[in-house]
Amino acid sequence: MTDQTHPLSNAETTRPVPEKAPFSLSRLPDAVTGWLLSLPLVFVLAFFLILPIIMIVVVSFWGATEFSIYPAFQFDNYEFLLTSPVTYQVFLNTIKYAVITWAFTLLIGFTIAYFLAFHVRSLTWQIVLFLLCTIPFWTSNIIRMISWIPFLGRNGIANSTLISMGVIDEPLEWLLFSDFSVILAFVHLYTLFMVVPIFNTMMRIDKSLIEAAYDNGASGFQTLTNVIIPLTKPGIMIGSIFVVTLVMGDFITVRFMSGSQKANVGRLISNDIALLQYPSAAATAVILLITVLIVISILLRFVDIRKEL
Amino acid sequence: MAKSLDLELVAATKMYGETVAVDAIDHKFAAGSYSCLLGPSGCGKSSTLRMIAGHESVSTGDILLGGTNITDLPPARRGTAMMFQNYALFPHLSVIDNVAFSQKMKGVEKPVRLKKAHQLLELVDMDAYAQRLPAQLSGGQQQRVALARALITEPSVLLLDEPLSALDPFLRIKMRLELKKLQRELGISFIHVTHSQDEALALADDIIVMNGGRIEQAGTPRDVFNAPTTEFVARFIGGHNVLKDQGAPVALRADRLVVKKTAGEDGAHLTAYVRDVEYLGSSVNLALDAGGAGDLTAALSDETFFQDPIEIGATVFLTWKPEDAHNLAA
Repeated sequence: MTDQTHPLSNAETTRPVPEKAPFSLSRLPDAVTGWLLSLPLVFVLAFFLILPIIMIVVVSFWGATEFSIYPAFQFDNYEFLLTSPVTYQVFLNTIKYAVITWAFTLLIGFTIAYFLAFHVRSLTWQIVLFLLCTIPFWTSNIIRMISWIPFLGRNGIANSTLISMGVIDEPLEWLLFSDFSVILAFVHLYTLFMVVPIFNTMMRIDKSLIEAAYDNGASGFQTLTNVIIPLTKPGIMIGSIFVVTLVMGDFITVRFMSGSQKANVGRLISNDIALLQYPSAAATAVILLITVLIVISILLRFVDIRKEL
Repeated sequence: MAKSLDLELVAATKMYGETVAVDAIDHKFAAGSYSCLLGPSGCGKSSTLRMIAGHESVSTGDILLGGTNITDLPPARRGTAMMFQNYALFPHLSVIDNVAFSQKMKGVEKPVRLKKAHQLLELVDMDAYAQRLPAQLSGGQQQRVALARALITEPSVLLLDEPLSALDPFLRIKMRLELKKLQRELGISFIHVTHSQDEALALADDIIVMNGGRIEQAGTPRDVFNAPTTEFVARFIGGHNVLKDQGAPVALRADRLVVKKTAGEDGAHLTAYVRDVEYLGSSVNLALDAGGAGDLTAALSDETFFQDPIEIGATVFLTWKPEDAHNLAA
């Protein structure tokens, strides 16, 4: 370095921070940085979630004739929907599917998760068995659903096996295209959504708590009801939200497995869309959305889900 | 509180497959005593405790409590209670419900069990926190709750699995005093597993040093510290030099080594080179290289040291009284 540059560089280091600093993220207040960082997600959610929902709400007030739809602000769609006994029947049926499916997936999912978390001792086996549970998910939902049809049909595997075993004399009619087959398919499709969150919370339970319960004289069943279930509640709630929303929003399972003989809200909407009755479909969708949100808010009352996220 | 009883291990063995974790130990824990199982990790001390607690099955051998064979009884029916290393408090239950848990399992009515739980919380000075959740307590407070929860079962023997290891050093010393005080007040036996020799020396009436699944030495802290019988004990308990004297290994306390700058009249036992000097406040440790006798440590009181300081690199002469050298089992 020459003598000339020396005092200059010295002056530069001792000079106070220049007033017009070059742009840098670290100079911005934290709140601004936070907003900037979340901006991409805000855009994604705005375009793909908020905007479509607003569209649906807007369209639900539009009018429709047999061959056209026209922008308007009228309550005809809602009026028709809320005064029709069919709506209540279909909503009731949807809720029935949701409740029954929820009960079965909870029972089966909890049992599987309990077995994996507390009875399988080695981590390797836990992972292997857990992956085994996910294998059916490597194929499409529809395939898994449709493969029940040859099994449950009038001359299907189930009926012919039962007849050849002499358990029944003639084929069971209620096996396929009934509430039974719809719920069976739902349980089959969605049990894993219950297993995963419950298993996840169970794995976080300190094993010494089970020992402590045993040390305090709790029987296996008392440990289950007093320690494991309360500590698994958040996982149960998350799984319940998954299953309930999936079942309430579904239409394809009900259509295929009931042979178009049963209805739920999803089918109501899909029928309207097939008839190009978009405003009516949108109004039904809004009502369904409100129903599901009410159900979820009730579920969230029971548990502090933030602890799990 | 329940009466304290003698606890006796008779050839108690724990095998994991082919591995022997605890190898036929015999020991009698006297009623109302504070015993420490001391040893490095993997020495079998925790397995021993867990066998006593009933959380680990006994492969062969027996466990007797006051003459009753409790080997195969479930934990809650043995007359023992365990305090877990991380306390294992139920995170979803309040302090009072944690303490009352075992009573609830027995089906004791709510007002009765809550009253009893309050008494136990008063005993450990935690009654003011009865409605809190465990996560809202400090480590020391959690430990007191865990103690209350274990004591509500009125055990004859309380088993503590490394109870102080999760605490910071200051709290550890404070809780150590409280544990000892509580044990004296209750008059029941405490069996405490630890890998810290300080803890064992400070707390125990009876120290059981374990190594490789066996008991190396058992006795009062003073016996074990003053006269270790094996090289392992001498090294593990600390503060000792192990050296060869006429071919046989002997243990010599570091503070019993007399360090002189000149060879005395009766002649020095060893000469050594001073490699390092560590000032520890009330004492000064000299790291010595005694050639063939190996590396030794001499602990001098600060008073002795500063009367005539010794420099690093100096050659010193070491002597000791014959009665201070303890023969070790080969």
